Formats: sequence, structure tokens, C-alpha cells
Amino acid sequence: MSELTEQTRLEMRELIAQYPQSRSALLPMLHLVQSYEGYVTPAGIEMCAEELGITAAEVTAVATFYTMYKRHPMGTYHVGVCTNTLCAVMGGDAIWSRVSEHLGIGHDEVSEDGAISLERVECNAACDYAPVVMVNWEFMDNQTPSSTVALVDALAAGDDVQSTRGARICTFKQAERVIAGFSDGRADEGPAAGTPSLRGLRLARGHDDDATAGTGKEVSQ
Amino acid sequence: MSNPVTQLLPVLSAHWDDSDAFTLAGYERVGGYQAARAALAQEPSEIIDLVRDAGLRGRGGAGFPTGLKWGFIPKDNPNPTYLVVNADESEPGTCKDIPLMMATPHTLVEGVIISSYAIGANKAFIYVRGEVLHVIRRLRAAVAEAYEAGYLGSDVLGTGYELDVVVHAGAGAYICGEETALLDSLEGRRGQPRLRPPFPAVAGLYSSPTVINNVESIASVPAIVRYGRDWFRSLGTEKSPGFTLYSLSGHVTRPGQYEAPLGITLRELLELAGGVRAGHELKFWTPGGSSTPILTAEHLDVPLDYEGMAGVGSMLGTKALQIFDETTSVVRTTLRWVEFYKHESCGKCTPCREGNWWLVQILRRLEAGTGSPDDIDTLLDLCDNIAGRSFCALADGTSACVTSAVKHFRSEFEAGMHTPAAEQFPYERSALEAVAV
Repeated sequence: MSELTEQTRLEMRELIAQYPQSRSALLPMLHLVQSYEGYVTPAGIEMCAEELGITAAEVTAVATFYTMYKRHPMGTYHVGVCTNTLCAVMGGDAIWSRVSEHLGIGHDEVSEDGAISLERVECNAACDYAPVVMVNWEFMDNQTPSSTVALVDALAAGDDVQSTRGARICTFKQAERVIAGFSDGRADEGPAAGTPSLRGLRLARGHDDDATAGTGKEVSQ
Repeated sequence: MSNPVTQLLPVLSAHWDDSDAFTLAGYERVGGYQAARAALAQEPSEIIDLVRDAGLRGRGGAGFPTGLKWGFIPKDNPNPTYLVVNADESEPGTCKDIPLMMATPHTLVEGVIISSYAIGANKAFIYVRGEVLHVIRRLRAAVAEAYEAGYLGSDVLGTGYELDVVVHAGAGAYICGEETALLDSLEGRRGQPRLRPPFPAVAGLYSSPTVINNVESIASVPAIVRYGRDWFRSLGTEKSPGFTLYSLSGHVTRPGQYEAPLGITLRELLELAGGVRAGHELKFWTPGGSSTPILTAEHLDVPLDYEGMAGVGSMLGTKALQIFDETTSVVRTTLRWVEFYKHESCGKCTPCREGNWWLVQILRRLEAGTGSPDDIDTLLDLCDNIAGRSFCALADGTSACVTSAVKHFRSEFEAGMHTPAAEQFPYERSALEAVAV
């Protein structure tokens, strides 16, 4: 049973109105579909096609190209473990094995209670915080296998979880709604920057956080 | 050698530690939007001349002169002109634009205003990757505040200039960081690169004149307007002037963002970052993401600017310095990067689509220690048939990643014929100690 309503249609038209050509709204519209349905459903594809005046096949071709669009329902909390090279080497592979074993699910799979889905994600542009885990596309920096297991357990238990550099974790559907373009008014949550982002700045300001920094210590060859 | 701390120069990152840095009030308190005011009082052509004469080069990887790119916009084209900001930061190792947009999104918005005005655009798009929820929140909040304050909209700062900005979220595809694939994606299609010519300056978004610039390039424009051409040229080197964000990650004591004039060396940056992690030594590094050929300890003193990196057969790229110590298997890292390129190949060009698939097959054998004697030659032969034979630079990136690894560490690939990489370089030794728990 589709969760899409007339309201969804109106919201799609709001997205379309932002662009000189309507089809540009397709990516946000598919995010919006996921915010209602939890994944890209046939009904969602039909609605996008109708609103844009293109075929369902054209919408499907786009929906299947991008990894954020899912073909089946995701968990309430979609957990991505970065296993691209740098995170993998720094511990991402170990995190992936442990959390995957702990939950008994693999890539693109969902836990039986529907709480958690897992994905091996590519580089998420937070390499100075490696190893990195994402929850509903919110940063969970500097993770370890045990911290990630604790994280998924807390999420599954319905506990409040705070991103290390962002907002309190919302649901997958809520996140998709923000990504589509509908504000949840929570931009002010979390710090402006995490510690690694500030390292050069603090050194330049004379905050020598470590006695060895900047003292001309030779770098080993 | 002088104390490298004196080389640090926070410009873009100068206010990232203000708790309200991401708000309009926080940005205006440190002089925000003054450059936009100054710029809109000048002729657009004066701004283009300023940015060209300052020598700003693209910070997204290719290093193309920004002012020159702006100058390519035709004056007589009847279609509207667009500015598109490439905020699809996805090159493995690259992590500079995300913290910038998280901490000071208004710097980017101000850069968008000045740049759009210079090229005569009334509509600008910020194409941000979809997988960064809080960055999207911060960007959209900044744009909303800028509208409210009259920095955007139908009458920018009372000058009669009109500018609309849309923050457009992508949906997970590395290839959309390639500028023409980004345009197809922004038009609501599969993100596949276009054949050039025509170049986007002539036929870009909706076949209209379009400038596409990286976040850091656009965010650097307000500082150039504010402090001037001569100041900017006094920083860095003659051909690579200005300041930039260097991102250190991996086996380094204090990974993070270190902003400095172009031309600093890795030796100096490592000193600032406390060196390679304790008890270990540098084995290899990327100067600017996985698509830039890897370098070794012999390149520690080469200036990290466009010419310096080209001079040693690599590229400055995104200045994403990924540091790997002696515990790391090069066969493992190369395989993982090529698996990424295989996954992200859009499938349009056969050499890239098929070639990456075959590279992965061979590299998996070598990682498992079951390679055959001709595997290395086949790898190099494949690379020769992938690089330069596809529409976009993804193919060149994968090839550079493999050939540079074989060039510097051929013996490790040879060992892949009989010994698993995990036996030569036990993987748990590369992981952070904390990860053992």
C-alpha cells in the first residue's frame, strides 16, 4: 500500500517550481518518494513520471543509476560503513566485519526487526575522521568495531543518538525529506567544526596542542 | 628550515572555531558580505579581470585558471548564463569542501553572489552530494538567511541585480563530480559525461552558457575581492598563487585541515601534524586523492603546487594527502581503489566499463597471492587501453592509480604470484590501535 498522497504531489510541484526545466527536479523528487515510502516504489516512479510528463522507464533509468535510491525498504536507521581504501586500512574493514556479523546481515540487507540496514559506502569526504560510519547520512566519526556495535544496538533500542558532528539522528525517511528540500529546522544543532577540521587553525593561533608540533622535528624517511 | 607553523595561513578556515560560524550573524561579525557589497559596486568585467590577474586556479583537481574560465562565457549568446558550484566532493581522500560548507556556508554563498554577478548569471545551483545530511541543512539555512537579508533575490543589496540560488542534492554517484556528468545529473538524468566540445561555457546546463567551479574556488573569491590581487599573488608561487586547504589523513599523528599558501611541502605539513604515527614511517602517499599518482618518501620536499607535483609525474589534485605507513600493502590499497572506480564507472565508455572490471579480477588474484606471471604486464597493458580512451578523467584516474603503484612497488605485485598480501602485511597492523577493541 503506497504512502503517497495528494500532498506528495503538491510537494513535487514545489520542487519543480525551483528549476527552469521541470526534469531537473527528478533527483529531489525521488528523495521525496523515499521519504514517504522508505524506498523508490513503482507508485513513486509513476507519480514522478506523471508530474514531469516523461515515461516511467525514463524515471526508472535514473532511479537505478544512483546508489542512494533503494529498491527495497531500508531500516529505520541506515548504517553505512566506509570501506573505501583509507577508512578500510585504518579499521573500516574490521568495523564492517564485526557489525555485519553482530547484526547477521550483509551489504544492502535489513535486520529482521526493520531497525537497521547496512551498506558498504564509498568515501564520504571525512577522511581526517577515519574510520567513518554514517547513520542516515549523518557523520559518526572516528569509530571502532566496538563503538559501532554499541551504536547499532542503541539505534535498535530506540535510544537518542547524537551525530559526532551533526544533529541528533533522525529516521531514514526524515533524512530523505530534508535531502529532498524540506527543512526540519535543525541546522543549528551540532558544532561548527570537529577537532581535525580545526587543527591547522589552532596551531596557527598558537594553540600548540602537542609539544612536538612545529618544533622542527624531523619526519622519518 | 623555518618553523612551519609560520607558514600556516587560515583564510577560508579562519573562523571555523566560532560556535556560530555557520550563521549569518556569525559571518557578518567577521566582515562577511562586505566583499559582495564592494564587488556589486564594480563592473562585472572588473571582477573577472581581478580573479584572472590574481591567478586563482581551480581547487577541484584540474587547476584550470578560474578567471580564464569565466572569460570564456560568450557575450552574445541569447540564452541565460548559469553558475553551477560543484559540491559533489567524492574523490577518495578528499575532505575539504564538506568541513567548509559545514562551518562557514556563507563564505560559499558570498562567493556565489560575486561570481554570478561577474559572469552575468541570475540563477546559480550548488550541486552538493546527497550523502551529507547536515551539510545540506547548513547550506540551505545559509541560503535562506541570505534571501532574508537581501543578499539574494530580485534586488540584491538594492542594486537591481537579481540572483536565485538553489541547493540541489545529488543521490550518490562519484561520476557526478565530473563537470559534464554533473550537468546531466542536474538536468534530471543519469550522470554520464558529455563529449566536449562544445564546452560548458558555450553549451552547458540546458545547452546554455555555464560556469562550473569547485566549492573552494568559489569560496576563495570573496577574500580576493577583499584583500586584493597583489595580496593573493604575494602568497604561494608565481604559477600557483594563493592559499589553499591541505587535508591530511591516514597514518599521521594529527589528521586534519591545514590551510597554507601553495607550495608548502609534505615534510612541513607532517611536522605540523606531528609526523607519521608513532613508531612507523612513511611508505607512500597521494598528493590529491586516489586519482593522482602515488608518491613516496623521496618526494617529501617537493612543493605541493601544480608545477611541483606535475614535475614528479603526479598532480596536485584536491590536495588530499592520504598518508600510508610501512604496514600497508600497496596491492590491497590499489585493489580497493580500483574496486571503487569499477563501482563508479558510469558505463558509457567501453574501455572504462570493461577495463576496470578486468583490473579488479587481476588485482584480486594478486591480493590473494594466486596471480600468474604475466598479470603485471596485463595490468599495465589494460591501463594503456583505458587511459585517454574514455570521455572523462575517471579512466585516467584508475590508470594512474595502478601504474604509479606498480612503478614504485613492483616487487609487491610480483609477490602476489605466491604470497597473499595479508600474509606479507597483516592487515590488523595497519588499523589504528583503538580499532583492535
